[in-house]
Amino acid sequence: MTLLEIRDLHVTYRSERGDVPAVRGVNLAVGEGDTLGLAGESGCGKSTIAAAVLRLLPKGTDVRGEVLLDGEDVYAMKPGRLRAVRWTGAAIVFQGALHSLNPVKKVGWQIEEAVLLHTKVSGKAARARAQDLLVRVGLPADRLDHYPHQMSGGQRQRVLIALALACDPHVLIADEPTTALDVMVQAQVLALLEELQREKALALLFITHDLSVLTHTCRRLAVMYAGRIVEEGPSELVFTDPQHPYSRALAAAFPTIGDQTSRMKPQGLAGDPPDPAALPTGCPFHIRCAVATAECATVDVELRDAGGERRAACVHVGASHVGDDQFGDGHV
Amino acid sequence: MKRNVSSAWRRLASDKLAMISLFVLVAFIVMAIVTPWVSSREDINPVNTGDNPTWASPSREFLLGTDYLGRSVALQVMWGSRVSLFVGLAATLLTIVIGALVGITAGFFGGWGDAVLMRVTDWFLVIPFLPTAIVLASVLERSIWTIVFVIGITSWPSTARLVRSQVLSVRSRLYVDRARALGASRAHLIRRHIFPNVLPLIMASTTLAVPISILTETTLSFLGLGDPTEVSWGSILNEARQKGAVTRGAWWYYMPPGVAIVMVVLAFTLLGRALETVLDPRLRER
Repeated sequence: MTLLEIRDLHVTYRSERGDVPAVRGVNLAVGEGDTLGLAGESGCGKSTIAAAVLRLLPKGTDVRGEVLLDGEDVYAMKPGRLRAVRWTGAAIVFQGALHSLNPVKKVGWQIEEAVLLHTKVSGKAARARAQDLLVRVGLPADRLDHYPHQMSGGQRQRVLIALALACDPHVLIADEPTTALDVMVQAQVLALLEELQREKALALLFITHDLSVLTHTCRRLAVMYAGRIVEEGPSELVFTDPQHPYSRALAAAFPTIGDQTSRMKPQGLAGDPPDPAALPTGCPFHIRCAVATAECATVDVELRDAGGERRAACVHVGASHVGDDQFGDGHV
Repeated sequence: MKRNVSSAWRRLASDKLAMISLFVLVAFIVMAIVTPWVSSREDINPVNTGDNPTWASPSREFLLGTDYLGRSVALQVMWGSRVSLFVGLAATLLTIVIGALVGITAGFFGGWGDAVLMRVTDWFLVIPFLPTAIVLASVLERSIWTIVFVIGITSWPSTARLVRSQVLSVRSRLYVDRARALGASRAHLIRRHIFPNVLPLIMASTTLAVPISILTETTLSFLGLGDPTEVSWGSILNEARQKGAVTRGAWWYYMPPGVAIVMVVLAFTLLGRALETVLDPRLRER
C-alpha cells in the first residue's frame, strides 16, 4: 500500500533575485514497509522535498503538484487537519540534531510535547511514553532530564529519532540524519533506523548525499540533480551499475575498500552544481557531463526505461544502451 | 519544577555578589514595608516638627540628623524608599509588559503588522525622553501613578526592539520549524518555544530597567515634577540642594538618599546579571 506519494511536484522559491525553481517535476512513491533513498549534491532539492511533504516551506513559496499522505492531498488540507496530520501521518528526523532541539528545554519535555500535541493523555502518561521511546532508541531513561547540550551528537540524534516516533507515524522522512556524526556513531544510528523501520513497517524516505549509506539502508534509490530525479531503481543496481553519467560520478566518488587503484585515484566530479535560479538549457548536467553530445544542450530528456527496473534521464539511455560502452572505460 | 527552583537557588547561593545584592534588596524592601508600622507619616510633616532642632547632625535621637525644618532625615529616607521602590518596580513592569508584547508580536508575525509596530516604536524612540517626561508630568495630574505612566510610556521602545530582534533570531531556528512540523499552533510556538528563549533577555532588560526607573523617578522628583505630597529619595535630594545642604556641610541630609539610590541600583544590576546566568541552562556550567 502506498503511504507517501509525490506527484509531479514543483517547488519554486521566491527570492529578490527572482524565482528559484528548487524542485522541478518530481514523482515518488513509498509504500508500507518500503524504503526509498534520495541522493544528490547540496542544493539539488532533496531537503526541499522533505519540507514540502509536511508543508513546512517558507510562506510565499510556490508549490504545484500533489503530495498524498495515505491518499490525502496535504496541500488541500485545512489548517486544523494539517496540524493533526503533521507528525501523526508523517514525521521527520531532521539533520543537525543540535539545532533541532530547543536548547532551553529538557529532551524529555520535547518528546512529551509531541505526544501531548496529538493525544489527550495525562502528563504522567506522556512522560512514560517519552521514557519508553528513549529506552527504545538505546538511551538510558534518566536522559529525560538532560538538556540537549549535555548530550553527545549521537545521543541527540537518537533523541530526534525517538521524537519522530512519538506519534506512531506511518511515514518517516530521514533528512540527512547522519551528517556531522562520526562513522561509528553513524553506523549505530543507521542500524537503529533500519531496525525501527522493519519493526514498525514504516514507509521510509531517506535523504542523504552519501550514496553508500543509501545502498545499505534502502531497497530503492533515486538520484536527484538540479531539482529532478535523474535516475531511479533498485539501490544495488544504481550504485554498482549506474546509467546516468551523474549517478556514475557520484558512485565513482566512493573508493572501494581493498582496491588500490580506486584509492589512489578517487574520481571526483569537476565543477559545481548549477545555480537553480539560472539553469542551463537542455539537460542541466550537460556542462559537467563527460559524454555530453550536441543534442544535450538543447534537449532535456525525461526519465526513460533503462532496464532492470531502472529508469534514467539521459540521451544515452534507452534502446541503444544494451552492450554500448557509453563511457569508454570498459564499463557497461 | 520544584527541583529546578531549588537547583537554581543553589547556583545563585554560590555567587557571593548576588547574595550580598539580594541581602541589600531584601533589607530595603523590608524597610519599605515595615516603615508604616514603626513610624507615622505625621512625624515628618513640617506641621509637627516645630519643636525639633533644625540642621542637627546625627545624634541618638535623630540617627541621621534633621533637615532645615527639623524633620528626621532617617524617617524621610525610610518613607522615601516606599515611593522610590514602588515607582521603580511598577514602571519597570509596565515597560517590560508593553515592550515584550510589542516585540514578540512584531517579531513572530512579521509582515505589515511588524512594519506598523516598529514604526510606532521608532516614533516613541526618537522622542527625547526628558522633555517628554517633563511635559507629561506637568500636564497630567501630580501623582506617583503619573510618574509610573511617564516612565513606562517612554522607556518601552528599547525593550521592544531588543525582544523583537531576539524573536526574529529564535523564530528562524531549526527547532521552531521542528515544533511546527510537530503540528504545533502559533500560540503553542510562542508560549513554549519563543517565550522561554527570549525570557533570559527579558529578565536582563528587567533588571536593567529597574535601576533606570528608580533613577528616572529620582530625576523627575529632583526636578520638582513628582508628587509634592510624597517623599521620595529624589525629592529629598532636591530639597537638600535647594536649601544649600552642601554648602552648610550637612552631609547627613544629602548622603543617605544618594547612597540608598546607588545601593539599590547596584544591587539590582548585580542580581540581574547573576540571575541571567542561573536561568539560562546554556550558561550554567561555565
